[in-house]
Amino acid sequence: MSTRDWLLDPSPNSRFQASAGDAYRMLRDMLRNPLTVIGGAIILLLILTALFAPWIAPESPVGQHLEGRLMPPSAAHWMGTDELGRDIFSRVVYGARITLMIVALVAIISAPLGLLIGAVSGYFGGWVDTVLMGVTDVFLSMPKLILALAFVAALGPGIENAIIAIAITAWPAYARIARAETMTFRNSEFIAAMQLVGASRTRIILRHVLPLCTSSMIVRVTLDMAGIILTAAGLGFLGLGAQPPLPEWGAMISRGRVFILDQWWVATMPGFAIIIVSLGFCFLGDGLRDVLDPKQRGKS
Amino acid sequence: MAASIPDQTRRARTFSEATSSLRNLLGFILAVLLTFLGLMAITFFIGRVVPIDPVLSVVGDRATQELYDATRIELGLDKPLIVQFFAYVKDVATGDFGMSISTNRPVAEDLARVFPATLEMATIGILIGVFFGVPMGVLAASKQGSWVDQIVRVLALLGYSVPAFWLGLVGLAVFYAGLGWVSGPGRIDIFYDGVVTPVTGLLLIDSLLAGDFEIFKNALGHLVLPASILGFFSLAYIARMTRSFMLDQLGQEFVTTARVKGVAEWRVIWLHAFAPIRVPLITVIGLSYAGLLEGSVMIETVFSWPGIGNYLTVALLNADMNAVLGATLVIGAVFIFINKISDVLYRVLDPRSRS
Repeated sequence: MSTRDWLLDPSPNSRFQASAGDAYRMLRDMLRNPLTVIGGAIILLLILTALFAPWIAPESPVGQHLEGRLMPPSAAHWMGTDELGRDIFSRVVYGARITLMIVALVAIISAPLGLLIGAVSGYFGGWVDTVLMGVTDVFLSMPKLILALAFVAALGPGIENAIIAIAITAWPAYARIARAETMTFRNSEFIAAMQLVGASRTRIILRHVLPLCTSSMIVRVTLDMAGIILTAAGLGFLGLGAQPPLPEWGAMISRGRVFILDQWWVATMPGFAIIIVSLGFCFLGDGLRDVLDPKQRGKS
Repeated sequence: MAASIPDQTRRARTFSEATSSLRNLLGFILAVLLTFLGLMAITFFIGRVVPIDPVLSVVGDRATQELYDATRIELGLDKPLIVQFFAYVKDVATGDFGMSISTNRPVAEDLARVFPATLEMATIGILIGVFFGVPMGVLAASKQGSWVDQIVRVLALLGYSVPAFWLGLVGLAVFYAGLGWVSGPGRIDIFYDGVVTPVTGLLLIDSLLAGDFEIFKNALGHLVLPASILGFFSLAYIARMTRSFMLDQLGQEFVTTARVKGVAEWRVIWLHAFAPIRVPLITVIGLSYAGLLEGSVMIETVFSWPGIGNYLTVALLNADMNAVLGATLVIGAVFIFINKISDVLYRVLDPRSRS
């Protein structure tokens, strides 16, 4: 029996075989869509660049060469040099680490938070639901960027505070989704069965409700990544996110603002990095949605 | 039909309809007020609870102990949080946002001065978005796979992935420095500044009222690039939504029926299929307009446009918390207001949502 037959076996012999088969089918469906493949490749490239930055970047991201300031793109400096003679390509490469860290941390903080609030709200209903969803709706009705700006203003500039501020503005959308999902199966028989065998509420929510919400959550988080990157870059651009000399892409654009009329490459190059990575997340998110959430297929 | 209903029944019906719509109105006002209260709770939380010591953020860390204590009492920080919150709500409701430490004027006065500039830019932006976005979306849906369709798809993606401030900088480099088609940053050339008496605060209208076309042209030259960039983002969103609404309609049976009857294709598209999507489009345009107020923060910073976004970022860099919270509150309130209005319009205009 080949591996493929084992994976596609309609009557799997173990739980492991069943989930391996599921994963295989999903991967196969995703590889059929060229845009998803491009998106996946971009994100893979981002991760590899972040991991192997010291080997990829030809120079140090903070190494100054004042004699070679503001050099246009050339064979030696693919993206030119900035006002302190630093190689922009090397800085963009190291910037991948910061961007990846920001999106990963925002996702790790806001997705579980939204998931938990939404699941609790949907499972218990009643006044718990009213209070939690009231708070969620107030946050949802606020403009995200403005809210993040105000939080950073109070917390003080810096990359950690920028991450906290973005996470605070990102969770309500996830809470809404998790609540809607929970409501659809709150009264179904498998939940009633768990209640009958005496499972605690915590156990039901953590082990039986949350896992069913995760797939739509993954889709939504991936689709939101582009927005998170843009907000983080915006905070960096305003001088509220990553502080110099960190090679954060938004902050780099901000430094190049003064030179935009004569040395255009200083500000434009990091912008291309932002666009490519955001596009990558958009493509990947669309592909994931088609595979994980077939109801939504073609709606966008 | 209506004539056959006895007068009394009809009167009873209109009465019950009137009370139910009154109840809807009251419910709506209550919902808006609750959301505003929530908004104030958030700004209060940001201003008073998040900073480790709100007094220090007002007086600075080199203040004397006496000044520190006096400020603490003046700010009401010795009282319980809930009392502080209601005092804050009362201040905000009476239009008192405190003093700005960077301009030394009441924040409310500053905001009233800068708001028209933002309104002018966002309004031109949304007009660009609607005038180009809606026809593009309709064309894209009616000719799926054509070049218009491809353009709409690419624009929609770029609207999601291009940073607004970056596009602003590139626009300045290309259209101002490179081609010289538009004027540079700012709202008007310095020697025209303050020439026309502000009536509405919108320079385009004020200059026309004064009959000064030189100033109108100058202001337009400054406005066209930032407004187009804002317009691009609303265009991308509006075109994408129009396309998806139209695709839904074009697949319906009444459209096929119209085609079978031999109705001309442009009539099918613009009269049969477009008519039902006008209502959801209003919601989309409302959301997009509210979104532009948010987007203007970045664009105004890039273009040194003297609006509320620029005011907010300058206040942020000076740690001028009263100004930051005032601007946040005003932008948030306008955002919520536009959202709720488009929500209500949707319910009023769409017969299906009436029960």
